[in-house]
Amino acid sequence: MTDLLRRLMRTPQGAIGLILLAVLAAACLFGPWLAPHDPEKMDFLGRFRPLGAQNWFGADQFGRDVLSRLLVGARSTLPMALAATLLGTVAGAVVGTASAYLGGRWDEAIMRTIDAVMAVPGLLLALLLVSTLGNGAGNAMIAIAVTFAPGMARVTRAVALTVRGQDYVKSATVRGESASWIIFREMLPNVMAPVVIEATIRVSFAVMLFATLSFLGLGAQPPASEWGLMVAEARQYVHQAPWILIAPSLAIALTAIAFNLLGDGLRDAMNPRDER
Amino acid sequence: MSASWLLRRLALILYTVFIVSVLVFGITQALPADAAVTLLGENATAEALNAIRERLGLGDPIWWQYLRWVGHAATGDFGLSMRTGQPVGPEMLTALGRSLLLAVAAILVMLVIAVPLGMVAAVRQGKLADMATGLISYLGVSFPEFVTATLLAMLLADTLQWLPATGYVSPLEDFGGAVRHLALPVLTASLILVAHVARMVRSETLDVLHSDYIRAARLKGLPERTVLVRHALRNALLPVVTIVALDVGYLLGGIIVIEEIFAIPGIGRQLMVAVTARDLPSIQAGALIMSATYAVANTLADVAYAVLDKRIRYD
Repeated sequence: MTDLLRRLMRTPQGAIGLILLAVLAAACLFGPWLAPHDPEKMDFLGRFRPLGAQNWFGADQFGRDVLSRLLVGARSTLPMALAATLLGTVAGAVVGTASAYLGGRWDEAIMRTIDAVMAVPGLLLALLLVSTLGNGAGNAMIAIAVTFAPGMARVTRAVALTVRGQDYVKSATVRGESASWIIFREMLPNVMAPVVIEATIRVSFAVMLFATLSFLGLGAQPPASEWGLMVAEARQYVHQAPWILIAPSLAIALTAIAFNLLGDGLRDAMNPRDER
Repeated sequence: MSASWLLRRLALILYTVFIVSVLVFGITQALPADAAVTLLGENATAEALNAIRERLGLGDPIWWQYLRWVGHAATGDFGLSMRTGQPVGPEMLTALGRSLLLAVAAILVMLVIAVPLGMVAAVRQGKLADMATGLISYLGVSFPEFVTATLLAMLLADTLQWLPATGYVSPLEDFGGAVRHLALPVLTASLILVAHVARMVRSETLDVLHSDYIRAARLKGLPERTVLVRHALRNALLPVVTIVALDVGYLLGGIIVIEEIFAIPGIGRQLMVAVTARDLPSIQAGALIMSATYAVANTLADVAYAVLDKRIRYD
């Protein structure tokens, strides 16, 4: 683990990604204490106050401090994206491994069905699910998890197929172990590495998807300072105060960049021979 | 490419559309809205509600409702919109036309930008051009459409006033106006795709450049230009067909957001309006048509790949 971390820090992507993530983690953990102002406190004299000593990132249409809202908003964006990815990855990994283990017609049927589900564009599927479950951050999180599961299942299956031919799986089969033992105890632990890389990159999609749903009014609800929601609310004030639009936009992009970098760094660190 | 391979692909599309229709129907049927109440309003009498439930067949078993819906959908009849009372099918198809215009334009713009970008990055691996392409790719995949759209609109429409911020003009009526109105949406839609495809073109070109036949072409003494254009480009572009097809799914999702922001009356915007109004027939039609479009695009890409790559034999 420490070895992996050291190799990760040696790749430029991994190092930058980790540093960005450390900043984001700090915002999630200590956001409310780091925030210079109360994120909900309105100040009608300070409406649209530009960037300056009083409000580093300016103030919004109610005179609320943008930096404080961003810092506190990290909590309503990041944990949701992480939870959605985790849920979708676990579900997908189990289905993918099971499919590879079962093989034959079962594998064919499961994979063709997964192909079909993936024919529904991700955002569309999430949209349908949220409109059924009802608007809200929790439901948006579940919708994203469901949207991610088929893709993760496909990735996991590809890895699991190679694992299935390994001697230790064969010997477990010969020992007469049950299917669930072989899937959960023999195969799953050995397919995790590529799945973790894929999941890391997916977190950036989850962040963007969650922010998009909030932007469309289906995810986090006002007065939350979720970043997508902040962009949506800022749009009509572009003329008065572009910074209230730019600040949350950059926060979303930086988060996505951080996870993309980390994913690529992990890939390099785990496959040192591949030079690209 | 044999007839049986084509038939299998066709069967796969049908299976895909079947699963998607079950999915769409299943999800929308679970909507916590009573269709009868949506149509008549909260204050309708019990008799009126029962009459309309009877007429819509809401009391029938669920599988029968599904079969009836699919049967009608297959003939293009998606029922009447609960919002406007108009037939949903024609409305959605008109909207799909506008969306396809946007999507095709976005793919063309993307190819024009991404292919040269990826090629140059591969040829100048590790140099400035390569790093610039890498940076563009990272930025491209890290900005969700709604952010790109709002930032571009802020810059090009509000501040510089070069382009109109919203609206749609039919290219048949006013071509120049249509181009100006489509410029921002197309630019937004192509950005994420550029990032994907440029990366793909780069890595494919690198693979090809390290292959034996390229070394053979160089040893033969062919000029570098000929080696790159005649030998490398053609083989490097082949896998790009597949990634473009996969990106169509991405594009269709992005189009929902882009049309909403730029007020283009395409299928994505219709879908958003339907979702907000809980207009069941419109949601079902929009979701099914979009997914079917994606499935068809994927199959077309497979066929194109088979036609272009003579080495692969499908039987």
